[in-house]
Amino acid sequence: MSTTNSTSASPVASSPIEAAGGAVATYVDERVGSNKFLGRNLGKVFPDHWSFMLGEIALYSFLVVLISGVYLTLFYKPSMVEVIYDGSFVPLKGIEMSEAYASTLDISFDVRGGLLIRQMHHWAALIFVAAIAVHMFRVFFTGAFRKPREFNWILGVGLATLALAAGFSGYSLPDDLLSGTGLQIARGIIQSIPIVGTWGAFLLFGGEFPGTDFISRLYGIHILLVPGLILALVTVHLMLVWTQKHTQFPGPGRTNSNVVGYPLMPVYMAKAGGFFFIVFGICTLIAGLVTLNPIWIFGPYTPDQVSAGSQPDWYIGWLDGALRIMPNLESYFFGYTISWNILIPAVIMPGLVFTALAFYPFLEAWVTGDKREHHLLDRPRNNPTRTGIGVMAITFYGLLWIGGGNDIIATSFNLTINSITWFLRLTIFILPPIAFLVTKRICLALQRRDRDKLLHGYETGRVLRLPHGEFIEVHETINYKELAVITSKTDIAPLPAPVKVDADGVANRRYRIQALRAKLSNFFYADNIAKPTAAEIEAAQHHVNHAAALEAPLHAYEDADEIRNAHGGVLHHPGMANSNTEQLTGRSEQ
Amino acid sequence: MTDISTNSQPGHGENTPAKLGYSPVADIPHRPRVADTDPKAARRAERQVASMFLLSMLFVLLFFVAYIAIDKSANVYIPVFGVVGAMNITLGFTMGAAIFLIGTGAIQWAKKLMPDVEVVQERHDLSSPTEAKDEAAANYERGKEESGFARFKVIRRTLIGAMVLFPIPLVVMLRDLWVSPPGDPSPSELLTTTLWADGIRVVTDATYLPIRPEDIPVGGLVSAAPADLMEVQELAGNLNARGKAAIILIRMDPSEIVSQQGDGWDIQGILAYSKICTHVGCPIALYEQRTHHLLCPCHQSTFDLADSGHVVFGPAARRMPQLPIGVDAEGYIVAKAPFAEPVGPSFWERG
Ligand code: HEM
Ligand code: FES
Repeated sequence: MSTTNSTSASPVASSPIEAAGGAVATYVDERVGSNKFLGRNLGKVFPDHWSFMLGEIALYSFLVVLISGVYLTLFYKPSMVEVIYDGSFVPLKGIEMSEAYASTLDISFDVRGGLLIRQMHHWAALIFVAAIAVHMFRVFFTGAFRKPREFNWILGVGLATLALAAGFSGYSLPDDLLSGTGLQIARGIIQSIPIVGTWGAFLLFGGEFPGTDFISRLYGIHILLVPGLILALVTVHLMLVWTQKHTQFPGPGRTNSNVVGYPLMPVYMAKAGGFFFIVFGICTLIAGLVTLNPIWIFGPYTPDQVSAGSQPDWYIGWLDGALRIMPNLESYFFGYTISWNILIPAVIMPGLVFTALAFYPFLEAWVTGDKREHHLLDRPRNNPTRTGIGVMAITFYGLLWIGGGNDIIATSFNLTINSITWFLRLTIFILPPIAFLVTKRICLALQRRDRDKLLHGYETGRVLRLPHGEFIEVHETINYKELAVITSKTDIAPLPAPVKVDADGVANRRYRIQALRAKLSNFFYADNIAKPTAAEIEAAQHHVNHAAALEAPLHAYEDADEIRNAHGGVLHHPGMANSNTEQLTGRSEQ
Repeated sequence: MTDISTNSQPGHGENTPAKLGYSPVADIPHRPRVADTDPKAARRAERQVASMFLLSMLFVLLFFVAYIAIDKSANVYIPVFGVVGAMNITLGFTMGAAIFLIGTGAIQWAKKLMPDVEVVQERHDLSSPTEAKDEAAANYERGKEESGFARFKVIRRTLIGAMVLFPIPLVVMLRDLWVSPPGDPSPSELLTTTLWADGIRVVTDATYLPIRPEDIPVGGLVSAAPADLMEVQELAGNLNARGKAAIILIRMDPSEIVSQQGDGWDIQGILAYSKICTHVGCPIALYEQRTHHLLCPCHQSTFDLADSGHVVFGPAARRMPQLPIGVDAEGYIVAKAPFAEPVGPSFWERG
């Protein structure tokens, strides 16, 4: 292909800069074939919803962390060599401390803008972990992890774990009294692991605690290993979002097989790019205004001192809480010790939580018997069991988190730590199931309301007296937006109980597993409030229209669409998913 | 409503086939924005966006001014935030505002002036078409055939063996992450021994002054260390010995002592206990003299120092180890023996 050919195909350049840009595009295209990609993707459509920004916040705060982190590496010294501090922070002058701590003080007091960057790094790190957590909730409660997005869910669980590792390793670098105490606890936890724990701790720390190696080892992990892994996983995560296209919430015109939204160029680019600057700007503003982790107050680390009321960063709080409320069980046998009091809350429990998170999509798919692709998000109410499980998990987490602050709660509310701990030891088993049941009930009630709205419209609160004296309340049909949202519901029937012995007398070898599956399926879907059928709606709409028609002269309709919808039960809006059957058959063949 | 219309944008004809680069408009009602119909409003939006970008540049200038002009040790009082570093707050504010305004400008631009008509794209099946699947399978078969992976059993097995073995040296080389000190003690031996031994003086932990029993009043608490700690620490260049040997001395009325870990391990009601929590190793110095309870600030394990240091509450499973103490010829407190059990958090080999 010659240059003239390809340039003549592109739009007419109106300025010298555009002409130059076009030439560059051609130059690159002839070498890497970039226009094939750009042509297909510059117009790619992205759906819009506020909750889709959560993942973006995570991504952008990660970028802020990377930028500020590189700056910190230029001044920070990852060394545990003892030095005498001689910087400009007077109260610590002349005190012996590690070079790591001294250099963090220098960043805070002697490098202009250094404190700002340190604060940005730490604030962005907190926002990063928080955004990941809330993003995960969004994905969970809307069922965005369903086929084909299971890989991205697992990548997300990996990213969440790495984010915790990144945060904890960074928090420990300044080598102040607070973070050193955190490390000491971490070491105690590693040491509690049966058989390999003691050796593991010795290898990691290069001997006894605190030793002189750990900060420099942690440094490599913090600035290279963990961010490198995060970067790799984030890249794959985003590539998958790109190829699978974003999910969308139900609404008019939105189906399981299309994407409705704005094109990448220019709208989405401007919005997403602008949003990066907003996140970046907010991190900078908070960093300037609110001081976090004032390490100069805590003093240098020494293993024989601690400050009361010490608290880890928020995302470690639940593990700390678990450690706090665990009863003190330890077993001894054959000269060995198993410390259940550490092992269960700090190793086994988080291990189970993250494993359960990673496997949830597969469990739900198995229980549901669902092999379809899902691109239209669930409303949380339409899968009450899943929503209940999510709220249950959040309750569990919240209680542990309260445990992590039990001393602060005790002093602020004048309670004893004893009573708080006992309260938590009991409620950690009682409240999550209650949260599950209550959430499920609420979801089902909302489903019922949706069904009523479809059948009878919504209650206007206007009471009408009919000519023959009867009083009725006027119900009005819901508008096209709500209609599309409500009718997006897909009903899933629970699986039937399997047969033990089939008609030919052959025993069903997989009976047990099938029975379990059917039981779980019932647990998930037996209570579902079915979406009304077209016939039911038609019958019910007659009634509504009757009343509405009576009132019509009294009241002008606001939306032409409503009238169209109201007549003869016409519920169809162009592009709207109409019935379960259509949704179920739509994509299930492949 | 009459003004609900499907917006027609250039190239977005309602039923015309889509122009190259344009996706079809979604078939949903759309209300035009003010800026779509009123050129004045559009001009206003344009000015808003441009002034945000302009302000951003201005804040960068202010940043430079602050960077040069403000003394880095100056503090200012800001209501709500209290006394803060003048440098940090000004740099943060100017730089933050400069960045933030670029963001708001871009979003304002997108919201007010770029099309707000939603467009539609179809999704396509993610799984590959049949030909591609067949081709992949055929290639796999060919590869299997040509390599002979299925046929050459010995090659296959030896390859698997080699692949399993080769990473092992990489793991083995991690062994020297910790080089054992002279005498080759095992980790559990190291965790079990401290500097304490018969006759070692008990000194204050910061100033290394020896302590006489009469220096400690009833109800008092002193954080202490072995007298040879400073030397050992200098020699080793680390804080490991300190982390294990830290103790507290407390004094109670001898009649209040319910039990001790050994007969006569106290001096007139002065008891010495390890300072390192048996849960996961935080140092403890929160002592309530009325109840003789020692409370760990990390997870609130509570130990009764009047009763052998037993756990009365919390996640710690073991009592705080007690150090037997006595008085030397000059009247200073000394240890009478090493700790009888390992101090600090538990570990597998602890027994
Ligand atoms: C991947 C996500 C990351 C998270 C969540 C994170 C988090 C943290 C946190 C919480 C601190 C303590 C800050 C303080 O209060 O002093 C820290 C320190 C530090 N981080 Fe990161 N970080 C991340 C990535 C990076 C990267 C990519 C680099 C460098 C390329 C980096 C370099 C540093 C340095 C040098 C310090 C020590 C300096 C200091 O504490 O002032 N970090 N990090
Ligand atoms: S370290 Fe003392 S209670 Fe956990």
